[in-house]
Amino acid sequence: MKVIQIDKKNWAKGLERINKSYRLFGPVKENGLHVFKELEKGKLPDLNYLNTTLSPKSVVYPQSEIMLEYELDVSKENHHVMKETEKDYSQRALIGVRPCDTAAFLLVKPNFDTPEYKDPYWLRSYEATTFVGLACNNPQSTCFCTSAGYGPFNEDGLDILLVDTDDHFLAKIISSKGEDFLRAAGWETNIDPDTAKNIISEMKQQAENKITSFVSTEKLKDKEVNKLFNAPFWENLAFACINCGTCTYVCPTCWCFDVQDETHVSSGIRIRNWDSCMFPLFTLHGSGHNPRNTSTQRVRQRFMHKLKYYVDKYNNGIQCVGCGRCIRLCPVNIDIRKICNTMNNYE
Amino acid sequence: MLKYIDKIKEISKRLLNEKAVDIVIGFQKGTIPMMNEPCLINKPENTDSLVWDSNCRINLAKYLTGRNEKIAVIVKGCDSRNIVTHIIENKIKRDQLFIIGAPCKGMIDRHKVASIFEEEIIEVAEEENTIIVRGNTAEKTFKKTDVMQENCALCIHRNPVIYDELAAKPVEEQANIDRYEDVRKIEEMKVEEKNSFFDKTFSACVRCYACRNACPLCYCPTCFVDESHPQWLGKSIDPTDTKTFHLLRAFHCAGRCTDCGACEQACPMGINVRLLTKKLEKDCFDIYGWEAGMSLDKRPPLDTYSPDDPN
Repeated sequence: MKVIQIDKKNWAKGLERINKSYRLFGPVKENGLHVFKELEKGKLPDLNYLNTTLSPKSVVYPQSEIMLEYELDVSKENHHVMKETEKDYSQRALIGVRPCDTAAFLLVKPNFDTPEYKDPYWLRSYEATTFVGLACNNPQSTCFCTSAGYGPFNEDGLDILLVDTDDHFLAKIISSKGEDFLRAAGWETNIDPDTAKNIISEMKQQAENKITSFVSTEKLKDKEVNKLFNAPFWENLAFACINCGTCTYVCPTCWCFDVQDETHVSSGIRIRNWDSCMFPLFTLHGSGHNPRNTSTQRVRQRFMHKLKYYVDKYNNGIQCVGCGRCIRLCPVNIDIRKICNTMNNYE
Repeated sequence: MLKYIDKIKEISKRLLNEKAVDIVIGFQKGTIPMMNEPCLINKPENTDSLVWDSNCRINLAKYLTGRNEKIAVIVKGCDSRNIVTHIIENKIKRDQLFIIGAPCKGMIDRHKVASIFEEEIIEVAEEENTIIVRGNTAEKTFKKTDVMQENCALCIHRNPVIYDELAAKPVEEQANIDRYEDVRKIEEMKVEEKNSFFDKTFSACVRCYACRNACPLCYCPTCFVDESHPQWLGKSIDPTDTKTFHLLRAFHCAGRCTDCGACEQACPMGINVRLLTKKLEKDCFDIYGWEAGMSLDKRPPLDTYSPDDPN
């Protein structure tokens, strides 16, 4: 394990150096809320946040992404041929991403990267990204990452883990991508490996001790799908839900999208947009039939997908990293912890 | 207002015991500070889980339509006006409802409290006129009026306009309130200034439709944004499509909106979506002397014609 110590006084300078060869993305405060954006030249990521309002999934998987473009004017060259839109897949770094949000990228990867199908847009962006994590010293009361299978210092998916020790960051190098990043930034203050290891493990322990929120998931895998699907509790759990898309859009692990063509005069684009299983249109058939026509059916789908279908299909735990965003932002207090525990304990 | 709960429970229990209603729609305590969850109670013994405090902000008129049962519902002034609107628009019949009125002294704005408290909020306690906020290290007491939802601070119809039984005596209505200072400021802007103001206002929108879905007025079987045969509106976060959604939705609420604030409180991105509906509310008042949901006997100005209508 190699760790270097970065004096915060040198933080800005290192980022400036690295910005010459990397595009930088990080948390910024806009209209009073933290979101992940590409950092303008010279702008520093605002690391003074507990967790961002929107997850960083948009850095790899934008809410609206143009995939292809076309021309319908027959007098133009290559009309009626779909052409891939040129995009910038040069190397980029996602700075200050939380361990939970980073784990989320790995958790959705099996959906975008299968032996049979490879999603080129997601994969190219993902592969171009160096994940520079920021360990979570102060988990919130709605954070349940440890019982979701992760943790405030979890390293899954990270290339570097930064640990904030007030005046310094300890930067733990996890991959060769991380090593390249640090070399480009030029921070090189060495610290005694044992000292670093001790500080990090102590801070990790402290952070984990601050987690006060938990879910039980151990029995989900052995539950019979149809029994959970037909369980009587859904009507009650879903009553308050107004079927907005907040939970799905703020979620780092919700991956569903809709593909739309938009034509203007004679040229057009094919876009993919985030979609939400909370919306009636999500499952509306061409015939007019909608297999998930009620609010309860849609709520059940969201939680069955995250907490049962994913568990069964990928054998990779639940499709949730415990970031708590949906709990904090739901306008009517639908709480995934309550639903997860209800499903897990249902006999 | 906190004292209403005993009466609310008593009425609810009695109605269910006597089978005067099949269900009670109210609020139960939420799982995080400053949140209550709308709930449905169908057994007398479960009425003990009902709560009433300054976090009952979601408009329960949203939950009444499309049901067959006889429903008791607990309403604030604004909710009651939306029920009137539902009845006028034939969304529900008056005799399907038993309306338990809760004269309201305003709901607190949880986003505002979170933005002015310096650390994560762990617990919020409430007394009649104060809100006590606790974090892991800090504690602060706010005057309720300082952290109230803006629409509540400007509310002039706190008492339910329609009810079968009140949970408490009516409260005094606020007088001498200037409801439209912010709208006038925007009206006075130059066109370009107005344009960039609205560009900025809606730039954070993620098209989650929480504003629309929290609104009791938005009950179209298929919203215009969900029409696909033909499609009316792009689905991306293109700024023009996003603003079209907000503008058209607001117009659809003209003469119907009661400024209950559910849209604004539901928005995860903190967008002041009420600005648009307030402008239309102001215009309806200025032009027709109309306030939505105040009487079962009057048709809203935009679905009637009168020779006296202004040009």
